This record gives sequence, structure tokens and C-alpha cells, in this order.
Amino acid sequence: MGAIDSRLFKRNSIAKPHRQRSTLARREEWIGWLFVSPWVIGFVLLTAGPMLASLGLSFTEATLLSPPRFVGLDNYRMLFSTDEVKSLFWKSLSNTSYYVFLSVPLTVALGFAMALLLNQDLKGQGIFRTIYYLPSIMPPVAVATVWTWVFNKQYGLLNAALAWVGIEGPAWLTSVEWSKPALVISSVWTAGGGMLVFLAGLQGVPTDLYDAAKVDGAGVWSRFRHVTLPMVSSTIFFVLVTSIITSFQVFVIVFVFSGAVGGSQAGSLGGPANSTLMYVVYLYRLAFKQFRMGFASALAWIYFVILMVFTALVFKSSSAWVYYEGELLGGGDGK
Amino acid sequence: MNSKLTSKWLARTMIYLFVIAGACVTAIPFLWMVSSSLKPLQEIFRFPPTFFPRVIRWQNYPEALTSSYVSFWVYLGNSIKLCLPIAVLDVFASALVAFGFARIRFRGSKILFFILLGTMMLPQQVTMIPLYIIFSRLGWVNTYLPIIVPAFFGWPWAIFLLRQFFATIPDDLDDAARIDGCSLPRMFFRIHLPLAKPALGIVAIFSFQGMWAEVFRPLLYLRDVELWPLALALTTYRGRMNRWDYVMVMSVIMCVFPLLLFFVAQRRYIQGIVITGVKG
Repeated sequence: MGAIDSRLFKRNSIAKPHRQRSTLARREEWIGWLFVSPWVIGFVLLTAGPMLASLGLSFTEATLLSPPRFVGLDNYRMLFSTDEVKSLFWKSLSNTSYYVFLSVPLTVALGFAMALLLNQDLKGQGIFRTIYYLPSIMPPVAVATVWTWVFNKQYGLLNAALAWVGIEGPAWLTSVEWSKPALVISSVWTAGGGMLVFLAGLQGVPTDLYDAAKVDGAGVWSRFRHVTLPMVSSTIFFVLVTSIITSFQVFVIVFVFSGAVGGSQAGSLGGPANSTLMYVVYLYRLAFKQFRMGFASALAWIYFVILMVFTALVFKSSSAWVYYEGELLGGGDGK
Repeated sequence: MNSKLTSKWLARTMIYLFVIAGACVTAIPFLWMVSSSLKPLQEIFRFPPTFFPRVIRWQNYPEALTSSYVSFWVYLGNSIKLCLPIAVLDVFASALVAFGFARIRFRGSKILFFILLGTMMLPQQVTMIPLYIIFSRLGWVNTYLPIIVPAFFGWPWAIFLLRQFFATIPDDLDDAARIDGCSLPRMFFRIHLPLAKPALGIVAIFSFQGMWAEVFRPLLYLRDVELWPLALALTTYRGRMNRWDYVMVMSVIMCVFPLLLFFVAQRRYIQGIVITGVKG
């Protein structure tokens, strides 16, 4: 009885679908906007609005107390003229590039290598995966704090290990030459975060592809090169983009490494001798220690443009090396 | 045949060696943190350093918790005061928005979702200066409002994750509900929200961990040390006293909560990363 009822009901609704659907659709349209409205309002108030405001501020001289005074392009010009500003700006830019160009390839490659190893059928696989992943769960402040102690010249573990093989370790965090490599080393320790995503990507590769390659006589290397690598290239791309964006924003490790305790010793933030002055650190110093809000806004926008151009380049390059299996199927997939 | 077996055996041994060596290198700083937190101060400042404490000093823990002039419990309370409301808001607001994107057709939804994905890549430094000026005009500096209020508007990462989840729920379910005259809000609360419990759990965990570890915004907005969450307070233990034994104790405690959450919800946790990482 119930089955017949529902079928009748369905037939009824099919009989006059047009009017019913359009009123329903119109009402749903309105409700749809209502559901997404929290994010839309947030986007306007907390993202789009402030972005425009910071663009406006970048053409002014503004402190927190005085009203902003229009200065045209002075803030941007200052980066190329005034000596002190010029040198710090370029220094922070080169420090950030150093960090990004070393840390990103190392962490991505290491994360991928870990995933390849742990994708084998090993005893204790789960335990190894967990150990490799743990550092990326730990709060960056705690990670940085522990590493500060590992890098200690006299009492640190790293130099003790180096002494054991007969090398006298440097004063990592207080030396101008070694402070940046120290940042990179401690960031590489959290490579396990990418590993997890890579593992999922590797497990998504259909096994019949490997079987087919084997039948065709492909060895281990050529199976890796012609099956694994193309199949996980979209995962590599994702990990690459996210780690570029996060490492451009490196702040907390520098904050802890240079011993800047919330507010009190901001002078040393980015030290020693500005050797770990990252772009975001410089931005923070200008905006919230010296309260040069206008100038800092100009810097923020330059930073934004650099990051966008860089990301766009990576995206652009992706068509050359990222293989999207879904493209064939994905075309008509959109709802 | 025999030589093939040996070479296979050799390859496997090599893999094991690599994996074990890697695990040691990864685990050592972590173990050293725990071991240092149990050493008496003079052993911490010993050259050459010891890996295992010669004397285990449990006293470090109760001492560190009461040593700073602001009690550890105040910091812990502050962290919880920030983490809990934000986790609840993140879950609820993001679920609302995600449902809108996943299950309701409306004009402009595709473009809006595309913008949302774009904001996930936006560095917060671009908006931080105007936001700071706005919040300070509102008199919100030195309160939790600038950190909590944005959570009312949903969290893009969570919206994305939940949208992916809602999209996997069969359409038939919605159609059946529609035929029964169920309104969309009712459908959301009665059908989708209960079905999405595992995904909501993932969002809650990630939100909690994110705020638990957050340093930047508390540093910007909170002037009084009494208001600081643990993550920011951790930096003061080192600066004021150079008591590395206490610093290590605090670091261990900082790590305990996120690790506990991870182990309790390990499977779901990994699912969350995989959904956003691979299908993204």
C-alpha cells in the first residue's frame, strides 16, 4: 500500500513539474543565500574591505593615533631610496627567499620519500607513519622551543652529536651564518605533514596500472617514473602550493629562535644582526612596534603581489608536469 | 632465482634501515624534550649533554606549574576560553555555509565558492593592519573579541571540508525530504547535521588545535600577560628566568593536548587531511 502511494505521489509531481519546481527553486535561491550569508558577510567585512583599506592606507602616512595623511607613492618610493629602509627591505626579502627555496623543496621531497618508503608492505608500518607524522601535530611554538635547546652551542644535542663524529658545531642561533640554516633544519623536521597527503595519493593509484606496466616489462624505476609520478603529480602540486604559502609566512619559529619574548625585546626579533629577519617579521616590526601603519601596508601589498605572482607561476607551470586524470571525466561533472 | 631472492632481501633490509633511521631522527628531539623536562637544572646545563636523565626529577612538573608569577592554570584557562567557543563557532558556522554550497542551487554559488577557495590562500598579513585599526577603534584590543568574533563567519578550510562531505550524501535523501514537505533549514538540522557528525568532529579537532597553537593574533591583540594563552606564555618562561627545565615541562604540556586529540581520533583525523589534500 505504502509503495503504491509513494509511486502515485511521484507521478503526480512529475505531471506538473514546471510550476512547482520554479517556485521551489526561487524560494531555495533565497534560502541558499541565507545559508552562505555568514561567510559572505565575513568576507566583505574581514577580508575584502580590509584589503581595500590596506591598499588605501599604503598611499598614506598613518600611525594608530593620528589620522592618515595622503603621501602618494612615497611609501613605495622609500623602498628604493632611503638607505636604512632599503637595506632592511631587501634583506628581509632575501632572507625569506633563502628560507622558502631551501625549506620547501627539502620538506616536499623528504615527505614524498617518507611516503614512498612507508607505502611498502612493512612490519610496524602504522607505528612508523605515526612517528613521522607526530612533529607536524605539535604546536609550532613548542617545536621551536625544543629546537632552540637542540641548537644550543654548549648544551645542545646537535652539537653533541657533531662532536661525537669529530666536528665542532657552530653557535647556531647566535651566529649570522648558521641562524638561517637552523631555521631550515627545524622546518624539515615537520616534513611528515606532507607525507600523510602523499600516502593517500599513492594509495589512490590503481594497482592494475602497475600490473600492466609489469606485463610490459617495466622495471622498478620506470614504473615509478611512468606510473607513480604522473599519478601523484596533482598531490605533489597541492603539497607544493600549500607549503610555499605557509613558508612565506614563517614567523613563529623566528619569534622563538631570536628570543623575542612577547613585547619586551622586540629589538632582537629577527636577529642576530637581522639574519633571520623574514618579510613577515619585518612587517610586524614596522606595523606593531614602530606603528608605521601606512608604510607597513605598502609592504603588505608588495608581499601580497609577490606571493600571488609566485603562486600563479607555479600554477602556470603545473600544466607542464601535473597530470589530471579527472580532466576527462571531470568536464561534465559540475552540478 | 637464488640471487634474485637475495637482492630482494637486501632491498627490504635497506628499506627497513632507512625507515628506522628516519624514525630515530624524528623521535629524538621529541624524546629529548621529555627527558629534559625531568632533569634537575644542573643536569640540563651539563656538558656534554646526557640523553637519559641520571636523576629523574618529577618535582619539575608541579614546580613549573606554579613558578611563573602568573599561574599556569590562568594560562590554561585562557587557552580554553579561546579554543572552546572558537571550535563551536567554527563547526556551526562552517556547517551552515557548507550546506548552502553543497545542497542548495542558487545563482552565484559557483563564483562565491571559487572566491572562498581563493581566500584559503590569502596571507593574513594583507588584512591585519586595517583589522587591527578597526578593532582598536572598537575598543576591542586587550580582549578576546578580535580573536573570537571572526569565527562567527565560518572558516574557509572547514567550509571546504564539510562541503566535500555533504556532497557525498545521496541526493535521493533530499528529494524524499522535499516531497515530505521538509523545509531546507529543517533538512539541515534533522538530516545533514547528524549525518555529518564525523566530519564535524574533524573540524572541531582541527579548530581546537589551530587555536591552541596560535601565537600571532594573541601577540597582536593581548597586551596583559594575564590574558595570554599558553602558546604565547610559553615564550615568557624562557625569557624571564632561563629555567630550561620549566620551559621543557611547559613544552611537553603544550604538546600533550594535540597529541591526545590525534590519538583519540586518529582515523577521522587522517581522513580530514586526506579529503582536503587529495580531492582538493
